[in-house]
Order: sequence, then C-alpha cells, then structure tokens
Amino acid sequence: MGLTAFLAMVRKDLLLFMSDRRAVIVAFAVPIFIGSFIGSITGGMGNNSERPRVKIAVVDEDGSAVSKSIVTGLQSDENLNVTLTNAGDAKDLVQTGTLAVGVVLPKAFGEGSRRALLQQSGPKPELGVFYDPSRTIEVGMVQGLVTQHVMQAIAQSAGVPRPSLPFTLNAAPETSNRVPYNAYAHSFAGMGIQFLLFSALNLGIEMLVEREKGLWARLRSAPVSRFLIVGGKVASITIISLMTLLVSFGFAMFMFKVRISSVVGFFAVGTACSMMAAGFGLLIAALGNSPKTARGVSTLAALVMVMLGGAWVPTFVFPKWMQQVTLAIPVRWAVDGLDATTWRGLGMSSALIPTVILLAFAAVFTAISLVRFRWEEA
Amino acid sequence: MLEVRNVRKTFGPLVAVDDVSFTVEVGKLTGLLGPNGAGKTTTVSMIAGLAQPERGSVLVGGRAVGGDTNPIKKKIGLVPQDLALYDELSARDNLRFFGALYDLSGAALDTAMSSALALVGLADRVRDKVKTFSGGMKRRLNLAAGLLHDPDILLLDEPTVGVDPQSRNAIFENLEELKRRGKALLYTTHYMEEAERLADRIVVIDRGRVIANDTLSGLRGLAPAGAASLESVFLTLTGRSLRD
Repeated sequence: MGLTAFLAMVRKDLLLFMSDRRAVIVAFAVPIFIGSFIGSITGGMGNNSERPRVKIAVVDEDGSAVSKSIVTGLQSDENLNVTLTNAGDAKDLVQTGTLAVGVVLPKAFGEGSRRALLQQSGPKPELGVFYDPSRTIEVGMVQGLVTQHVMQAIAQSAGVPRPSLPFTLNAAPETSNRVPYNAYAHSFAGMGIQFLLFSALNLGIEMLVEREKGLWARLRSAPVSRFLIVGGKVASITIISLMTLLVSFGFAMFMFKVRISSVVGFFAVGTACSMMAAGFGLLIAALGNSPKTARGVSTLAALVMVMLGGAWVPTFVFPKWMQQVTLAIPVRWAVDGLDATTWRGLGMSSALIPTVILLAFAAVFTAISLVRFRWEEA
Repeated sequence: MLEVRNVRKTFGPLVAVDDVSFTVEVGKLTGLLGPNGAGKTTTVSMIAGLAQPERGSVLVGGRAVGGDTNPIKKKIGLVPQDLALYDELSARDNLRFFGALYDLSGAALDTAMSSALALVGLADRVRDKVKTFSGGMKRRLNLAAGLLHDPDILLLDEPTVGVDPQSRNAIFENLEELKRRGKALLYTTHYMEEAERLADRIVVIDRGRVIANDTLSGLRGLAPAGAASLESVFLTLTGRSLRD
C-alpha cells in the first residue's frame, strides 16, 4: 500500500513541476544566467594570463627628467593602466568612476624628491594622490608602486644602480591537488543553492494551495499515513532541488570547466542540502496561513539565508562575529561543502561535517513541520 | 452501512457539531441539509476521517472509522465541495494519482479509471488537461475521482455547485445509477429541489444539531398545512433569519 501511494505522490509532484514553465525557468535557467554573470566578474575560470590592471590617471606638472622617468616606469608597470592627463580631467575621471586613482607629480617634484632622498635636506615635496572612495583596496597598491618607481627614477638620475628587491617572490595559488581556481564553481554553488531553496519554497507554498483547493482533504481521506504524505513531499522536493543543483553544475562543468574533486562528497552535500530545502518547504506549508502571505515571508527568509550563508559574497569578507553567527545558517554549510568538493580540490572528508549538519537541519525542519502541521480538515 | 453516532466537534468555544446521529443505508441516498455554518461539512469531515470527533463514533459496516491508515477508509469515497483536482495535469494523471492512494495500480487502476470515466461521460477527454475542462466537466471528474476505488459509501459535499443544468442532470443520473449499484450516498446541498429529487431520507441539521430526520413525505408532515415544498419545510424548521 505504502509504496504505490508514495511513488504516485512523487510522480505527481514531478509532473506538476515540469508542467509549470515559470517554475522550470526559475529552477534551471535563472541560476545558470546569474551564476555565469557572477562567475565572470569574480575571476572567471582562473586561466586568464593577463592580470587585472588598476586604471590610474597620472598628471605630470613637473616635466623634469625625474618625473618623466617616473611616468615611464608607471606606464610600463604590468599592474597599472596609466592615462596621462591634466589635473582637471584626472579628477573628473576619478569622480565618475572611470579610473580608480589619480597621481599628481607637482612642479619641482623631481628636484625636490631627489634632494630630500640623496642630500637629506630641504622640505619634502608633496605627491598628490586622490581616489574613488569605493576602491580603497587599490589605493594601497598604487601607493606602493608609485613609491617604487619614484625611488628607481631618482636612483637612475643620480647615476647609481636602480634599487631592486633583495629576494625573489614566488606567489602561487594554493588548492588541494593543485586544482586550478575557478570562480564559476563558487558562483554556481551559491546560485544553485539559492534557486533550489526557491524551488523548495514554491513546492511548500503549493501544499498550501492544495489545502485551499480541497486536494488535501481528498489526500487525507485516503488510507495513507501522515508520515507517508510528508515522506512523499520530502522525496519530491529533494529530487527537484537536487535537479536544480545538478543542472546548474552540469552547465558550469560543460561551459566553464568547473571540476568536482570528490564526486561522492559533492553528491552527499548536494543531497543533504536538497533535503534541508525540503524541510524548509515543509516548514512553510506548516507555518503558513495562506499562499499569499507565506510567499512574501518565506522569500525574505530564503534571501536572508543565502545572503548570510555566503551564497552571494564569500563569508570571509564578513566581520569575524558575523562569520561565527553564520555557522547557524544551513546555507553556509552547503556553500562551504560545495566549495570544498569543487575548486578547493578537497576529498570526501571535507564534505562530511557539512553533510551531517545539513541533514540535522533537515531533520529539525521536518520534525517541526510534523508537529505544527494542521492535519485536521473541517 | 454508515452509522453516525452522537458525534460532537468543537473549535475553541464554537460547538460545530453536537450529538449528531443518523444512518445511511445500502442503495439509498440520504440528504444532509442545513443553513450555512450548520455543521454539514464538519460532519462529512468526521465521516471521511479528516477530523476526529471529540465524542461519539462513525461506524462503517459496524467498524469504527479512525486513524490515518484504517483500511475501513477504503470503503468511503469523498467528493469534496471544492474542485479537488490538479488543473495542470490530465484527467488520466489526476485519476492515476488518486487511485494510487488506494493502492490501485496497473490493470486494476486502468479498469477503475475507464469505469469511472465512462460513468461520468469523460472517457474521450482522458488525455486533456483539467484546466481545459468546463466547470461541469470538472465537477464530473471530481465525482469520478471519488468513485475510483469503488467505495461502498460516497460522501458528496455540494457536488453540483456552479454547474449548468445539463451537467447537473448528468450528475443526478450518475448518482441514481450508483444507488442502483447498491452504494450508500450521503449528499449535502443547499438546493432543495435536488434533495427532493434524489433523497430517500433527509437529515436537517442546524447549529450543529439534528433537528429533523425523516423521509420527504414525513418531513412534509412537519410543515404548516398546505406547505408542499421541501424549501418551506426547511424554512419552517430553521427559520428565516440570515445565516452569514
């Protein structure tokens, strides 16, 4: 008795999902579109040999041999994209956000800086730097590079060897098994989780619609247990949620060469995350009064979860206290688990704790739903 | 076949059903009439196992109805007041789902679907999505879904709301055929002429209590001299004040 009804419930939910064009687009196409966009602007496939350059304006009001040497040095620096202009235009370009930083070499800068460095006498000339306040991270880098090129220009003018670093620096990305970093892995994990939550949310709301339409009465009048009904819902929501994630990642693997380092670990995290989403969907059905009110509240709850869980922005940019708080958000564990088994190149062991915690969230959500669900119809 | 014994149900301070008793016999249709909020739907819900009576019992063939998985529920078919169908699915997929809830599958399910669809005259629309059906067709499919597992007792909660005269007449003919097949039918309605045409016995319920339980001719005897219609009897019993 149980299995026939169980399979029928799952089949029915899958048919209903597939017949809803809007739900299918939201579940499959939208996360691919947004994941592709976010991945492309946050580093892409990581195989771009051309390093991103900071766009700066340089104003040479001095025109001396030293200042010209500084400008030449800045222009040849592989970290910078230099626009040589006047002070007025430089300010305009920074104010409009076209360029990140402006550097002004004032009159007599070459002579003044040369005297200050070599003879330790006279006032130090002032180097003007102004910047776009939204790009403060780049200012520090530009200041370091300008200092380097000023020192080199002065040394060259004094006929002494150009100073250079007394060591060689070897910076290399570090991932397990030397898996190359791929920003699409994180962006598709984040968007996959976000939209599998939306799918689960919609299916939870569909349960409220079923109640409004009297379908729940028909279901409850049949000799099937409430555990079977809930089990059928958990199964169908889990399958649909997992499909959302797999389609997204399948696309990312095909188009953007995203690699899965532990297939078992990836499936464990993905399935546990989908079960957590199913519990979330049931919770909406259990606590919601009507489809209309439930949709607003649950959409907000899902967005807060994905925001705090690091699906949009990695959690390492959060303040330390917030990083601790977000450990209570299931999405955080899902994102960490998927990151670990994709671009971090880690194995099954890295997926274990996220999987167990996501299953615990699924169990708690489902248990609350069972207790709070309005089973009687009258 | 169906025996409702002294059932009571409250919702907070509201007594929805109080000490209600009646029976429905094999091959007979019992009409359950009452104004809005009288307790008809709550009574049907308790019979169908959707709500538990706080007192009293519901018996089918002498066995109590109760518990989610009680096999006795297979003897009861529910036709809810709402069109309890999935609009985005075909008639066949709807019936396939509802049949599976009663453990029907394979050839048995196909036979049950064919029989139910033939009875309600929708055999040629089995592949069409329900959203393409007219209101009357949906009502008939709603009836077919309740009949699929061949229950002995059919609970019909206002099954003709919003349908045209042709579909209503078709549903009446279906119900008369079911009576001939020996089904016990409980029929709630606001339409007095439907009860007059179909019911072998009429139970009038008001404010949660049974205020009359008799045949149509027996009820007519309760009305003032000269009142011949069931509606006038009903208004005599329940009063003329509005029940919003």
